[in-house]
This record gives sequence, C-alpha cells and structure tokens, in this order.
Amino acid sequence: MAQPRILVIGGGLAGLAATMRLAELGVHVDLISLVPVKRSHSVCAQGGINSVNALTRQQGDNEWQHFDDTVYGGDFLQHQPPVKEMADWGPRIVDLMDRLGVPFNRTIEGFRDQRRFGGTLYKRTSFAGATTGQQLLYALDEQVRRHEVGGLVKKHEFWDFLAPVRDDSGRCRGAICQDLVTMEFRAFPADAVVLATGGNGLVYGRSTMSMICTGSAVSRAYQAGAWYGNGEFVQVHPTAIPGADKLRLMSESARGEGGRVWVPRTPQDPRDPRDIPEAERSYFLEERYPKYGNLVPRDIATREIFDICTTEGLSVEKDRLCVYLDLTHIPRETLDRKLGGILEIYEKFQGVDPRSMPMKIFPAVHYSMGGLWVDYERSSDGGMEEGSPRNQQTNIPGLYAIGECDYQYHGANRLGANSLLSCIFSGLFVAPTLARVAGVAGGGDTGRLFEAELRRQEERHRELLSRTAGTENPYGLHQELGNLMTRVATVVRRNDQLAEAYGEVCEMEERWRRCAVSDTGNWTNQNVVFTKAVGDMFPVAKLVLKGALQRDECRGAHFKPEFSMPGIAATDPVEKRAEAELWCDRFEENSAKWLKSTIAACGPDGHPEITYQDVDTSLIPPRPRLYGLVGAEVIEEVWKERLAARAAANGHAQGAVAMAAAH
Amino acid sequence: MIKAAENISELINDLAPAAAVRRVRVRVLRQDTAGGESYWERFEVPYEANMNVISVLQKIAAQARTQDGRRVAPVAWDCSCLEEVCGSCTMLINGSTRMACSALVDKLLEENGGEIELRPMSKFPVVRDLAVDRRRLFRSLERVQAWVPVDDSYDHGPGPRISPEKQQDAYPLAECISCGCCLEACPQFTKIEVTRREGEPEAEFETRRRQAFDAAFLGAHAISQAMLFNSHPTGGMIADERLETLTGKGGIQMCGNAQNCVAVCPKRIPLTRSIARAGRAATVWAFKRFFDR
Repeated sequence: MAQPRILVIGGGLAGLAATMRLAELGVHVDLISLVPVKRSHSVCAQGGINSVNALTRQQGDNEWQHFDDTVYGGDFLQHQPPVKEMADWGPRIVDLMDRLGVPFNRTIEGFRDQRRFGGTLYKRTSFAGATTGQQLLYALDEQVRRHEVGGLVKKHEFWDFLAPVRDDSGRCRGAICQDLVTMEFRAFPADAVVLATGGNGLVYGRSTMSMICTGSAVSRAYQAGAWYGNGEFVQVHPTAIPGADKLRLMSESARGEGGRVWVPRTPQDPRDPRDIPEAERSYFLEERYPKYGNLVPRDIATREIFDICTTEGLSVEKDRLCVYLDLTHIPRETLDRKLGGILEIYEKFQGVDPRSMPMKIFPAVHYSMGGLWVDYERSSDGGMEEGSPRNQQTNIPGLYAIGECDYQYHGANRLGANSLLSCIFSGLFVAPTLARVAGVAGGGDTGRLFEAELRRQEERHRELLSRTAGTENPYGLHQELGNLMTRVATVVRRNDQLAEAYGEVCEMEERWRRCAVSDTGNWTNQNVVFTKAVGDMFPVAKLVLKGALQRDECRGAHFKPEFSMPGIAATDPVEKRAEAELWCDRFEENSAKWLKSTIAACGPDGHPEITYQDVDTSLIPPRPRLYGLVGAEVIEEVWKERLAARAAANGHAQGAVAMAAAH
Repeated sequence: MIKAAENISELINDLAPAAAVRRVRVRVLRQDTAGGESYWERFEVPYEANMNVISVLQKIAAQARTQDGRRVAPVAWDCSCLEEVCGSCTMLINGSTRMACSALVDKLLEENGGEIELRPMSKFPVVRDLAVDRRRLFRSLERVQAWVPVDDSYDHGPGPRISPEKQQDAYPLAECISCGCCLEACPQFTKIEVTRREGEPEAEFETRRRQAFDAAFLGAHAISQAMLFNSHPTGGMIADERLETLTGKGGIQMCGNAQNCVAVCPKRIPLTRSIARAGRAATVWAFKRFFDR
C-alpha cells in the first residue's frame, strides 16, 4: 500500500467526525456513502445534543450526573466506562460544534440556549431550532469538504458496502464496495475499516428512519463474522406522525418546550379538541409521572401512549391509534423560533397548523440501541483509554464500528439528545485509534484475498440478476417483514408471538431466494440493490427476535408483560416494607440473570448463536428503575439500605456516594 | 403502571384501510442511461388517502408494469428522508421543480386534471429516469469555501458569542438542503454535461469536469452560503476570498434577478436577500481593492 489509508463506511455524524479528525491527523481517508454525505440520516435528528453546561453546573449538575442519567435511563445495560468518557466529552463536543458554526439558539446575552429533554431534570440540551441533527451534520460535512479540497479525503458517494475482506489471520484488510451508478465492483484496501452506517429501521418496514437505513452494511459485517450486541433493544419513539410511506418524527423537543400529551376522558370525543375543557382531558403522563411529567424516558412514554390507546380504549380516533400532543398554549413566536422545523413538517404533511391545533401522534420505531459489538480499553480513571487499538473495534481485528451502528452507549433505552452526542463522540474518539493502526497493520500480499471476495460479490450479483422468473416480489416481502416485526417486536412482546415470528421470518428468507428482479440491467439498478438489502434484513430480524424471545424480563425498551414487576399493592406500612423487600429480592435475582449484554454471532446455518456477556457496572451500581412505580419510595428506601450495607461490607464506598449524590 | 394489552400490538402504526378502487395515473419521462434517449411511459397505481409522490413511485417499483401491463424496469429516483430535509428527491412534478416527498397526490391531481407528470430536473445530467447527477451543486460549495476555517477540532473553548438576532438571521440560510430547486428554476444556470472520453483516466476526467463547473454560474444556493459564512465571526475571516470568488467567473454578475430561486425554494430561504447582500458586499470590496492597490 502506497500510504496509510482508512476506509470509513457511512457519512453521517459519526463517519464525518471520524473522517475530519483523521484528516487532521494527516491520515488519508476513503469515505463511502450510499448518498451524498450531506443527505445522511443524521439530518433527521431534530431536538438537540446533550452536555453538561455552565448553567446546569451551577444547579448541581456535572458530567457524572449526565453519565448517571444515561445509564439509569438505559436500565444499566451499557458498559459504564465508554458512557462515562462520552459524558466527560460532552461539553467539549458542543463547544467544538459551536466553533464550527452550528447556529445554536441563543439567549438574549448571546450564550447558547438549552432546553430540557427526557430522562433528566436538567436543561442540558443545546439546539439549533428543531433541526439540530441537520445543522451538526452540515458543520461536519463542511469541514470534510475542506479536507477533500486539501486532498486527504476521497469521497465515494452513491457506493454500497458489500463485504469486509479478511486475511488468513482473520484481520480486516479492506472491503468490497459497489458503485450504485455504474454497478462496478471495486476493492478498497485499507489499514482499517470503520462502519458508521446507522440504524436498521427498515427491518420494521415503516419507521422514523430514512430509506437508506436498511441495516444492510451491519448485516453484511455480521454475516462475515462480526458479533451483534443487544439486538432486541429497539427504541420506539413516543411521538411520530403516522404516514403511508414513513412515520415522521415529532421531536421530543416539542415536549421539552412545554408540549403536553393528552386524550379526552370520553373515548373518541367528537368535539374539536380546543373545545374540550381541561377537566375533561387526561394529561396521563403528567398524572402518572409527576416528577418527569411529559419528559419521562422514551420507553415509558411509548408504553403509556400505546396502553392508553389500546388497553384503555382512549385513542383520539376510532380507526387509527393516536393521542394529542398539544402546543397551542405556547406563544406562536416562541414555537417558530424553537420548533419551526418540526412544526413545518407536521403542517406540510398533515395540512394542519400545530400552532393552533393539537397534533395527533403515535409511537414509531426510531433507533437501534443494539448494533455491532465493540470493545474498549478501560482507563485508570474509569473512562476509555484514548488511542487504544481496542476502542470501538469489533471482534474482527481491523474492523471498527461507531455511531448508531455500534451497541455501546445506550443500553436498553436511549435518552433523547444523547444520540447526536454518541455519534460525534465515537467518531472523534476512534480517530487516534485508527491513526495508530494506519500504516502498521498487516503486510503481505492481499491481492488474492480481494480478488476472491470481489468474485464472490460479483457472483451474488449475477445470480440475483438471473432471477427473472422468480415468484416473489422483494417490495411485497419487505412490507410483510416490516408488518410482522412491528406487530411482535416493538412495544409489547410475547414469547409465543416471538417464537412464531421467528419461524415466519425463516420462511420469508426462503421465499426471498425466489425473488424476481424486474430490472436485469447493469446501470443504476436500484431494484437489485434493494433486493439485496432486503435479503440482508432477515439475519438481523432473526437475531432481534431470538434475543427478544430468550430475554425473559423487562428492561428498557424490551417489555414482556409476563415478566413485569408491578409496584407495591399493600397500604399498611409494615406490609409495604415486606413487599418492598420481596420486590428487591426479585430485582436482584433478575439482575443476576439478565443484567448481561446479548451477543449474537451468525452461525454456519444462518441462525444467530446467542451468548451473554457481563456488563461493566463498576462505576455506578445498578438500581431499580422506578419512574412512576407505585411504592417507589419504599422500594428505593430498601434498595438504598441494601446498597449501603453492601458498600460497608466490601468497601464500595465510591459507588454508594455516587448513588446518594444521584438522588 | 403499564397493563398488558391483549393481542392489540398488531394495531400499532396501522392506518385505516383506504378504499382502493380509485387509480392514480402517472406519466414519467424515462431515460435508461446517462446521455441516452428519453421517452414517456404511463403507469397506474391504486389511490390511497394522503399519499405522496414517493408512495406512488414505491408502488410503481413494486409492480414494475406500465399502464398497459407491459413488464418494465422500475423507475429510478433518489430519495432518503421523506421529510424534506435530506434534499434527495427533487424532480419536476407537473412541470414545477419540487421535492417528491412533500408533493401530496390529492393536490397534484387537483392541479393537473387527474394525472401526475414526473420529469427529471433539466439542469443536471440525467443518471437514469428521475435520478440526476448534482455534484456541480456541491462543487459550488467548495468554490465559495462554505465552511468555517477553524484551526482544528481540538478543544479551544466555545465559539464566539452571537446575538439571538444574528442567529435568527443566519439559521434560515443554514437550512439549505442542497436540493437544487433554485438552480433548476434559474434562467442563468444552464446544464453542463461532461462525458468521459474513451480511455480517459478517471482523474483527468474529474479535473476536466471540475474546470467546466468552475467556469460556470455558482448558483443562488452557493451565493447564499457564502453570505452565511461571511456573516459568521470566524467564517468572516476569509470573507475577502469568498468575495473574490463571487466577483470572479460564474459569480454574482451572472444573476439576472429573475427571482425564480426564492419562489421555488422548499425551505423558503431568503435567497434574493442573500444575493442582494452579496452584490453590495462585492461592490464595497471591489472599491476597497481598487484603492488599496
């Protein structure tokens, strides 16, 4: 190889952050993207980016609190050192994006303004109107363009990642990609390959994700031997606008700016919502969660909205499930200044002005907490050791993953406005690791490896093009898969349904082999590219279903009613106390069994082989997630006593102090 | 707390089934390859309430048959976010340049007597069908150095303080999605199609194409971006370099003040205001340079 090169797959926030920092370090980067990078899915992120800031600091906030909120919100399923490192980097990252020209909203004195997001009591979220993801992405896109002009970055837009290329020792030495215009296959040798390819919402058919979020790149890495972590944890966002082609996101910032969720107390009250008096409305989130109100973590808000529409039959409409999200009490000028972008989306696609009429919204699949398993090296202060070759590396040496496509930062549930942070953080943080790897990895003649994989990919492509007589329609099959996954693997999960669905997905995968392509040409053949992507959805669907089936508990976004732990029923103080003791016993048993990362490896027969890995919870001892639970105070009391006793016994003082500080 | 919901999870996200008796007629200007001949083809898809042009194209892709039942390759087009923020799906819909995702079928049928007409943008080379090559648009952003020239991405504290008024002035310009509507509508922005010669090395071809782009009009989007970055405290440190580009070949003097750009911008960016500001700034700069000589 002439000079050290890194291959970055994906040009969203994570991929661009890594590319920018690598170029600064003088490393050459090939950047592959399905679309011009400025059109990546990060543009859809609306609400903002979290970090501790000068104001919250004076209210008692600090990086440790942000870290604590993130792991508590994620139900303790994340390894803690990477999350701590991310929270520590938060203020620097927002400062950096500010310097790059992101037009963050301002206070009258010219400081960055912040708003409150879910799962925290502090206003940590910096925002640029309601298109923060777009603005952050543009800032990085601009910097990468600058480096492109400088000659260090070579973009390959409208290219598809097909497979990593591994040498005899198993190390990833580059990748095979395909030009989506000319359909040409090409080998990209590299010292390391970084996947920054986002989530896999399209496995669920319609979601809040962009059409490029097929998850195919991750699936291809998984099929080539990379492990997939926590696949069953899929975030269903509480508030989206239902649509036939897409479920468009209605940002959490709408609630962060004071938006209130309600339903009429009378089922399907036919009146204009504005004519329904306060007393006849149920602000059910505020009623059930007085502390967090409309800003409970997303998994909880989603289940409540789902539940009030289904179990309680209080959906606003009869034929379509939805609740009101009401902003009409907020001055129009404030709404335009802080939420303009998302209100325009609602107006454009629904034909109703949300400034004067409550919006109708319902949950939709939104974010993949799970993703490629990645490693990290713990530093002496409990964070991540910067520059370690292990950071963000998959189990395949030389293959890295960052951004939404890794599993590392959000555990069982992601907090709002933490994804923009994790994407930029993991991109910046992986760069010194890659710079260290560049130029020292491998050696030997890799030509034959690339040729073999290239031929394999060409063969797969040719085989697909020859299937003109097939009986199955790839678009119809995709829709079927999406409907099935949405029905069984979103808000409420049941073992019988999951087991049945697994069989159905296997059948669909078989049927996919009989798919007909309607375009057999070799020029901008979107038909065959989509068919290929659909084929790669089944392995992911299977690992999601199997992970969900096996995990017999409730944790974050993964909710099985059969295994839920209801609150305290007793009213008598002594009985209450006894019940809380039992509750905590059960919680401890459950943690011992299930506080583990799910690791799926693709077996030789294509079925996921699942193992479990202990979670590093050494910094903040796991505690019950008690948002809104009846009897939370007594459970918390019992739990604190147990924790204190344990700390006294084994000298785990720091944890106990942190625990106390968190309350 | 949450109660169990019995067998109702299947209701999630399901819309009311629409009566699928009506059909939507669509006429598409197709082209199989770059530089190839174009031809019209008609399609028909089942009507659904609230559908947009993207859902129409998705249905065409799934059925891959023309109105008269002939099997054809699906229509190629670009799209991604479907909420008018990625800028991918620009096309000519019933003759107007706009985003396919926010083009709602009900309104289109009203406008155009029951038929929808789709054509690719005319100012960019067609790749296939409705997909066009818009790399010239991004090259313009390089030409005007549409970025803040920071030292590096290490920690140097926060960015400059900015008044809310200035932020509100800059934010609409920063919302540009690079869709190209303003360029399609501009009479001064004409198509440049550079094709690779037989045996020409890729790098040489790219250089030749870039030179062709650089001799031609920047376009309203790039002028507006130049003004955005000139108004930023750090971005403005290279304001003179941007003004030099704006007053050079293919710069603002090319603007014929047709004001079509601002009329078609899906993000309602005040493009003509940016152009006017650029004109004033360029005049001042030219004088200054004249007297500094």
